[in-house]
Amino acid sequence: MRRVALVGVGQTKFGELWDTSFRQMIIEAGTRAIEDAGMEGEKIGAMYVGNMSAGQFIHQEHIASLIADHSGLAPIPCTRIEAACASGGLALREAMIAVGSGIHDIVVAAGIEKMTDVIAEQSLEALATVSDQEWEAFVGATFPALFALMARRHMHEFGTTEEQMALVAVKNHHNARLNAYAQHHIEITVDQVLQSPPICSPLKMLECASITDGAACVILAPLEEARKYTDTPIEIVGAGQASDTIALHDRQSLVNLRSTREAAKAAYQMAGLRPEDVDLAEVQDSTTISEIIAIEDLGFCKKGEGGKVTEDGMTAIDGALPINPSGGLKGKGHPIGATGISQAVEIALQLRGEAGKRQVKNAEIGLTHNIGGSGGTAVVHIFRRQD
Amino acid sequence: MHVPRFWREIPNRYNLIGTKCNHCNKVFFPPRAICPNCRRVGNLEPCKLEGKGKVLSFTVVHVAPQDFKDQVPYVLAIIELKEGPKLMAQVTDCDPDEVEIGAEVEITFRRIKEDSEEGIIHYGPKAKLLRSKPSEQT
Ligand SMILES: [Zn+2]
Repeated sequence: MRRVALVGVGQTKFGELWDTSFRQMIIEAGTRAIEDAGMEGEKIGAMYVGNMSAGQFIHQEHIASLIADHSGLAPIPCTRIEAACASGGLALREAMIAVGSGIHDIVVAAGIEKMTDVIAEQSLEALATVSDQEWEAFVGATFPALFALMARRHMHEFGTTEEQMALVAVKNHHNARLNAYAQHHIEITVDQVLQSPPICSPLKMLECASITDGAACVILAPLEEARKYTDTPIEIVGAGQASDTIALHDRQSLVNLRSTREAAKAAYQMAGLRPEDVDLAEVQDSTTISEIIAIEDLGFCKKGEGGKVTEDGMTAIDGALPINPSGGLKGKGHPIGATGISQAVEIALQLRGEAGKRQVKNAEIGLTHNIGGSGGTAVVHIFRRQD
Repeated sequence: MHVPRFWREIPNRYNLIGTKCNHCNKVFFPPRAICPNCRRVGNLEPCKLEGKGKVLSFTVVHVAPQDFKDQVPYVLAIIELKEGPKLMAQVTDCDPDEVEIGAEVEITFRRIKEDSEEGIIHYGPKAKLLRSKPSEQT
């Protein structure tokens, strides 16, 4: 396989973008990425777009055609990828494979979700369709409920506390304040998190990612050509993807995600790297417990110690292993299909040294972790700066 | 959930009938058509479950979808059945504070929800706390 690098990145602001349409959002993210690469649109050979459910959120399917059309890139092939919240991460993976294989040279990986064109209740119901409809949603499970079940079990097995979980949200909100693209720009305290209304116990409102509109886009090129477009190519040195049961109750364990572990194993192996080589990571914190379980499964700490290392400050921007310097899903926002791509945007900015006030010092190797639903799909990418 | 999809599942839901792999003896509920351990080597046969189990984890749902709004707060749990499989079910007829990890339960059949779209009433499994634990009887 050819070596592949990111040569351009861009995203929209994340938030409730009442005055912006789906079409405008994807064009804005795409234009920023193309300008970042200093590239002509004619160079682009193909496009992969992560999107969970334009059908439910804007009542529009066949968005691959719509995007190729309105971005002016038709007739290039454009493919939509769906794997719930991991749609973006999978789009990136397919784009990497397309460039790596030599089928295409320049490929766009994008992600988008327009969630606020429907009322909040409809969004909640759309989100619940990522679970097993016949055996989870049917009995009243919601998306946060699945993570709440993991949280309760994690607390039971390892003594993880509600305060430790709250600290994940506090940290990610703090980081988001330093990110102009983030949805939330308010600091929150542990007490505010603990006193926010219960959603699904033990998870409270300020522990769950909010409903967000947003789009993100990265441009991939063969590493040997990357310097035509950028002084600092960000190589994708590792990639792994794995599946697990769609229903949470069918898993062997409620306190780890086999999909994350398998995807990470494959990515580390391909990169020839170990968890301790990683300088920073963007992981899926759709809820606070999700980040704690993720950093354990990615090998950044021992199983059961995710809460403790968070409390000790390991995951802060100036900590030993910064997690979600962008603000994560909690602070930056979680436009489902865009999330996996936006994680790659952040890692590219960090590794180039362009992350401004939230810059992680001496970052050379970064990791992204994106899961679908309660963990039925997971995808991990490892990036390395090529000076 | 629309009527045809719901009716298809009724025999399994109402009778707690899972499937059992005749090669590795693993029991699946909700039923599976293929054993993930043995795939083509194993054959799956229907297997009736007794309906006794214990709570592995639970949550109290305060924010619910439309069809469940009239029921909040309700307890949702993952139940590990005696025969091995796990399922998700509401814990019914109890105060949320009574539910704890490890609590013994029995599966019963109750009204799950009234479908706001179709207007039909859906029934399915719910868990009931077995209040007199064996340890307390002695
Ligand atoms: Zn078997």
